[in-house]
Amino acid sequence: MGGGRGASVNAEVQYEPVIGLEIHVQLKTRTKMFCGCELSFGDPPNTHTCPRCLGLAGTLPVVNAQAVHYGIMIGLALGSQIAPRSQFHRKNYFYPDLPKGYQISQYDVPLCSGGQLGEVRIHRVHLEEDAAKLVHLGASGRIHGAQRSAVDFNRGGTPLAEIVTEPDLRSAEAAREWLSLLRTTLRAIGVSDVNMEEGSLRCDANVSVRPVGSSELGTKTELKNMNSFRFLAQGIRAEVERQSELLRAGQPVLQETLHFDPSSGRLTPLRSKEEAHDYRYFPEPDLVPLEATPEMIEAARAQLPELPSARAQRFAGALGLPAERARDLAFRSELADFFEAALAATPNGEPVALANWMQTLVERLEDGADPAGSLVSPAAFAQLVAMVSEKAISREAGREVLDMLVAQGGDPAAIVEREGLGAISADDGGLGDVVAAALASDPDAAEQVRAGNMKAMGPLVGYVMRETKGRADGAEINRLIRQQLGI
Amino acid sequence: MSQHLLELSAAQAVAAIRAGELDAAELFELYRSRAAADPLNAFTWVAEDAAVAAPAGAPLAGVPAAVKDLFCTEGVPSQSGSRILEGYRPPYTATVVAKLAKAGAPLLAKTNQDEFAMGSSNENSAYGPVLNPWDRARVPGGSSGGSAAAVAAGLAPWALGTDTGGSIRQPAAFCGIVGLKPTYGACSRYGMIAFASSLDQAGPLTRDVTDAALLLRHMVGRDQNDSTSLELPEEIRLPSRGDLKGVRLGVPQELTGTAGGIDPGVLASFEAALAQAQALGASVEPCTLPHAPHALSAYYIIAPAEASANLARFDGVRYGLRVAGDSDLDTMYSRTRAQGFGAEVKRRIMLGTYALSSGYYDAYYGTAQRVRTRISQDFQSAFAEVDFIVTPTAPTTAFELGAKSHDPLAMYLNDVCTVPMSLAGIPAISIPCGLSDGLPVGLQLAGPAFSENALLDAAYALEQALAFDGRSAWAGGGAPA
Amino acid sequence: MLERQQVDHVARLARLELSDSEADTMAVELSKILDHIEAIRALDLEGVQPTSHVVDLVNALRADVPQRSLTPQQALAQAPEPTDAGFGVPSPGQGAE
Ligand SMILES: [Mg+2]
Ligand SMILES: [Zn+2]
Repeated sequence: MGGGRGASVNAEVQYEPVIGLEIHVQLKTRTKMFCGCELSFGDPPNTHTCPRCLGLAGTLPVVNAQAVHYGIMIGLALGSQIAPRSQFHRKNYFYPDLPKGYQISQYDVPLCSGGQLGEVRIHRVHLEEDAAKLVHLGASGRIHGAQRSAVDFNRGGTPLAEIVTEPDLRSAEAAREWLSLLRTTLRAIGVSDVNMEEGSLRCDANVSVRPVGSSELGTKTELKNMNSFRFLAQGIRAEVERQSELLRAGQPVLQETLHFDPSSGRLTPLRSKEEAHDYRYFPEPDLVPLEATPEMIEAARAQLPELPSARAQRFAGALGLPAERARDLAFRSELADFFEAALAATPNGEPVALANWMQTLVERLEDGADPAGSLVSPAAFAQLVAMVSEKAISREAGREVLDMLVAQGGDPAAIVEREGLGAISADDGGLGDVVAAALASDPDAAEQVRAGNMKAMGPLVGYVMRETKGRADGAEINRLIRQQLGI
Repeated sequence: MSQHLLELSAAQAVAAIRAGELDAAELFELYRSRAAADPLNAFTWVAEDAAVAAPAGAPLAGVPAAVKDLFCTEGVPSQSGSRILEGYRPPYTATVVAKLAKAGAPLLAKTNQDEFAMGSSNENSAYGPVLNPWDRARVPGGSSGGSAAAVAAGLAPWALGTDTGGSIRQPAAFCGIVGLKPTYGACSRYGMIAFASSLDQAGPLTRDVTDAALLLRHMVGRDQNDSTSLELPEEIRLPSRGDLKGVRLGVPQELTGTAGGIDPGVLASFEAALAQAQALGASVEPCTLPHAPHALSAYYIIAPAEASANLARFDGVRYGLRVAGDSDLDTMYSRTRAQGFGAEVKRRIMLGTYALSSGYYDAYYGTAQRVRTRISQDFQSAFAEVDFIVTPTAPTTAFELGAKSHDPLAMYLNDVCTVPMSLAGIPAISIPCGLSDGLPVGLQLAGPAFSENALLDAAYALEQALAFDGRSAWAGGGAPA
Repeated sequence: MLERQQVDHVARLARLELSDSEADTMAVELSKILDHIEAIRALDLEGVQPTSHVVDLVNALRADVPQRSLTPQQALAQAPEPTDAGFGVPSPGQGAE
């Protein structure tokens, strides 16, 4: 803690951000953490409540086994130690969305400790219950100007895993990218919908800055309510800037909680109450300790699929994809699954070509859509890529066929046949004639190419493409032009 | 006829109904009308209609039970003696109440109690104090005072209470009846409005030991709804033991001397009972519970700390009282709770909040939990030498209304003999062992965890020898003279 | 001895509005109780594990199987301020958790 540091004014100092994240993940169980109410999203208010999740007098919590199972899966996926014995605590504070006046959470002995994902170390993962939803109603007629809110307990009690990282991130971009890796990982293991807009993934950031080269930690602030990847990066950038400017001006950074306003992009301090952080944690007497048995841990391990980072490594290593392309695919498991299905459908499939064409496919689908839900089957896709590789159709024709597959589905060979998109080659004579016509139509360009100005190739190739309606292969056209010009 | 019916213990009434010699509806109506007259303020609600007939062959045959107010009963006021829950009717029923109904013991009435079970005199009820049927100028004990008074006065055949630090045993002692606190976890806490979760246990308040065993048999068992509940290793049996041959009784020095604040009259009665036990073949030997003198201190940290969290849900948002609904949120909270809770409840919320607050947790709560460990260890060591611990249940007999209500600490000291067993989670039973100045004295027997059957057997043998007659309290349950 | 200022702080934490005289009385009463309790802090408890549960149970888990929920009417039946959107409350100011 160095609230007093930065007293000397120095406009020259470069500051480095130190960022840690606290992520709340709603677990995709059928029922709530401590009662049998079904999870819901978007249902009418208070249609998923019971005496327990309303905090009625006399009710007691009972732990959802599936939430524990998911918690252990997360721990294993992040390389954490699973605590042989952990305990729930009560975290006490008053708020209308907290029906018991305390949140049941874990405190000194969390379910999972330590671990690492990518370059970031994990501090802990623990289980807890979500708060309910508080809706602002505006001023009521009950009394002049009295602002009213209403509590909907549908969300109250939803199981959460809270993941806390070590302060290992050094930029807003890195934070955003790492969160994306975490989301991919959690989605791949199937424990959560991890949707930031719907709130099933929520991320707070602890941000401090320090002079580049220093190893001490500065005073940190806590950033809340950044409910999209874009806002996360935006919020952190703004805060890093704000802190750096304060320090450059010789002013201290105050330890406080800041609320991100998506509409203005600004961070505003939450009014700090002196008792706000006296949560009076104590062991939850209504719940017995949680013992993660070897059987429970094995059952969780058995359900873990290949994790995205391992998959990316395999794509890059065994399949020879460029690292970035490998990550692009592996970090969206639905793309990776489609890619692997296509690869399996082609006996001599070329992974690199398939991966390149995957990108084209993604561009043609709606933003974020799962290709498995499109009209293109992995087998048709693989066949299309093979036809291009074997030069049975040109790359351009391939794109056209893909458009048609996306629009209507079907068999690529049949489409090529029907649309007459088969490649024109020199062998059947046609392409040579078109190239000759191109050279004749633009003798100027032809002369320049002959003289070594390869830029002049463009108009000639363009002519051939127009004439063949894209059915000719670009490399083949190139070869024929050179041949006919004698270079 | 009704005087004759009143003579029947609950177990005898069960037997009579099952033998076809008695009509369950007649018995229900007898007690219903006695309860409705309620000269002791023992009830907060009394059934208006005859109960639904118990299923044929139901083991409790329709003999109704009075139930402490804090047991949630669907559609019936369940207020835990508090203003903040005035008129509150829960949408569900506590597990033990449902179990009793299923076994054929329908709900007769809800009994008055200290607010949120915090008290030893029943003077902390928002619905007025309960009077002791032996002497209406005196308290019945607490917090299950309504249940104890009702059973002692013949206003209910038997009753459910809860015990956190003595709240079944001490009122049983003050009212001259039997009260048993089972091993922690034996009875589900689901639906009991919580005071201190790690200590609260439901238990029977009955006229005799046999009734206690019979009622307890149908209360116990693991409940999916309570993670801390468990299955007892064996079914509760009806006691039958006639002697105490070979039974070793340990008298803890820390809890039985006049130095420990035990009233001489209570001590005399207690010692006479020990002589009876010896006559039955028991050995009586001194034993030691070195940390027992600190039990009260540990208890008055742990129980209020848990209570401070348990009572946070009474916030005026979802049910119960709301005050200052149009002012800001914190004012609404603070006024609702200020007006909804009585003085003793506020005191304990304050004490518990303080003990848990930043900077004090280790000094108070952490220390108290370690003392709790020591107390359990003390009992384990003692039970290596003796079968049961015996003490007076309370240091005094029933005191006069108002005598201690202005001195919280003096009131707390009333629980000195019962609190150690609560902290250790072990079963303990109070049986009447005589009178002192015309008021009942209770004897407490405590055994190791899960020793309910042995405990009931020993208590039964002693009960037969002591032949305490509580019938004179029935007059106290009649119309005021 | 508990200071009046501590009593006020704890009362705020516990959301209990105490009048001046109530708070003064509370300070005296709590101090008396705390003085009595104080003795346990002198005990040697080195190495003693704290007891938070007396029962020797672990993992009382529940299968992830839905149970029927209450209707909104049942849920709101005893609410002091029922609204279509839920349980009405005065809006909290900023400073929420
Ligand atoms: Mg959290
Ligand atoms: Zn629920």
